[in-house]
Amino acid sequence: MANDPIHQFQISKIVPIEIGGIDFSFTNASLFMVATVACAAGFLYFATSQRGLIPGRSQSVAEMSYEFIAGMLREGAGSHGMKFFPLVFSLFMFVLTANMLGMFPYFFTVTSQIIVTFALALLVIGTVLVYGFYKHGLHFLQLFVPSGVPGALLPLVVAIEIISFLSRPVSLSVRLFANMLAGHITLKVFAGFVASLGSLGALGIGGAVLPLIMTVALTGLEFLVAFLQAYVFAVLTCMYLNDAVHPGGH
Amino acid sequence: MFVTSAYAQTAPAAPETPAAPGTAPAGDTHAAPAGEVHTETGVAHEGEHGGGTFPPFDATHFPSQILWLVITFGLFYLLMKKVIVPRVGGILEHRHDRIAQDLDEAARLKSEADTAVETYEKELAAARSKAHNIAETAREAAKTKAAADRAAIEAELAEKLTAAETSIGEIKAKAFAQVGQIAEETASAIVDQLIGGKANGDDIKAAVAAAKTEA
Repeated sequence: MANDPIHQFQISKIVPIEIGGIDFSFTNASLFMVATVACAAGFLYFATSQRGLIPGRSQSVAEMSYEFIAGMLREGAGSHGMKFFPLVFSLFMFVLTANMLGMFPYFFTVTSQIIVTFALALLVIGTVLVYGFYKHGLHFLQLFVPSGVPGALLPLVVAIEIISFLSRPVSLSVRLFANMLAGHITLKVFAGFVASLGSLGALGIGGAVLPLIMTVALTGLEFLVAFLQAYVFAVLTCMYLNDAVHPGGH
Repeated sequence: MFVTSAYAQTAPAAPETPAAPGTAPAGDTHAAPAGEVHTETGVAHEGEHGGGTFPPFDATHFPSQILWLVITFGLFYLLMKKVIVPRVGGILEHRHDRIAQDLDEAARLKSEADTAVETYEKELAAARSKAHNIAETAREAAKTKAAADRAAIEAELAEKLTAAETSIGEIKAKAFAQVGQIAEETASAIVDQLIGGKANGDDIKAAVAAAKTEA
């Protein structure tokens, strides 16, 4: 039971809340959402509170993450896309902090819940749709009609474009969710081998060295994945927002 | 393969303990009121999906997850939009402005220095030409003055020469005028010596005058 690799994703209620027969309890997932926001916002707030002309170490990190996302968004969606900067920056910092907090043993990984990543993906796609139709009206539908396609192929291409657009929230959410879930399960399984082999005596302890090395290597890999998935989420968000800003041109 | 074996460990374990795997059994055995919460979730699992529901796909937690995500991420977004992004943007812009301002200042100082050097060189050239002019003028003046002085001195000398020549002429004329008398006196003295008596003055005079005219 101690080796159950799924147990880490179990949600347990801390403060039970029920409104209209629906369960809105404050759970361990909620607790780590709060922790994520507190860590990310607290760091950014205190790191930049000096407003130094010459930045200190933590202010540099805050400025670097700001410029990192700003550059990404400007490259992906042009200068018109910069109005979405707070959204992309919040998404990146939230996902990154949640992923990184998840790397602590016994901590809950907020982004390993499909509903959380799906809600974030829907937020992105919803923003694209709302802004696209608000800004361009029905011209936004040009997004699905690439220019320079022969008339006979057009229905097929439009159908493919619509399907690919609809699959975006799914791929965006499943990519993040699956990466975090799979990584944490793998880590837990290999770490579990260390414990169960170690309890078998001298030979087992010798054999446990291999999964231990594997666990250490995987931990490093998982830190990379934690950053990379936050980065990928932000890059794709920028690309999708580009469709809302410039639906015609590619 | 490792994952499936791990799964196999838990799969048979689930039916043995009716409650959800993990903390639920502990809660059951220890305290009933505290355990209730856990058993509720456990029952919900079993009721809807059976014992082996994969937690991330357990729909009973979806409303709570969405609600708390909306609350926490909404707050985070507001904080980013209202405080952090303007602040960091302000810091970066301020630094950018400051650097641009410093560069401008440096360019201004450089151009100022260039102008100063140019002015200095111009003034130096002007002073040099002025000094040259002054020297030239002084030389000219000295030359003219020297020429004038020389002319004046020469004129004076010439005058003095003329005066001297005149006076020499006068002296000469005077001397020549006295020559007759001296010759008469000398001749009378010589005659007196020679003849031992007084010679006639008129004769001597005539003789001297004759000698003079002969000479």
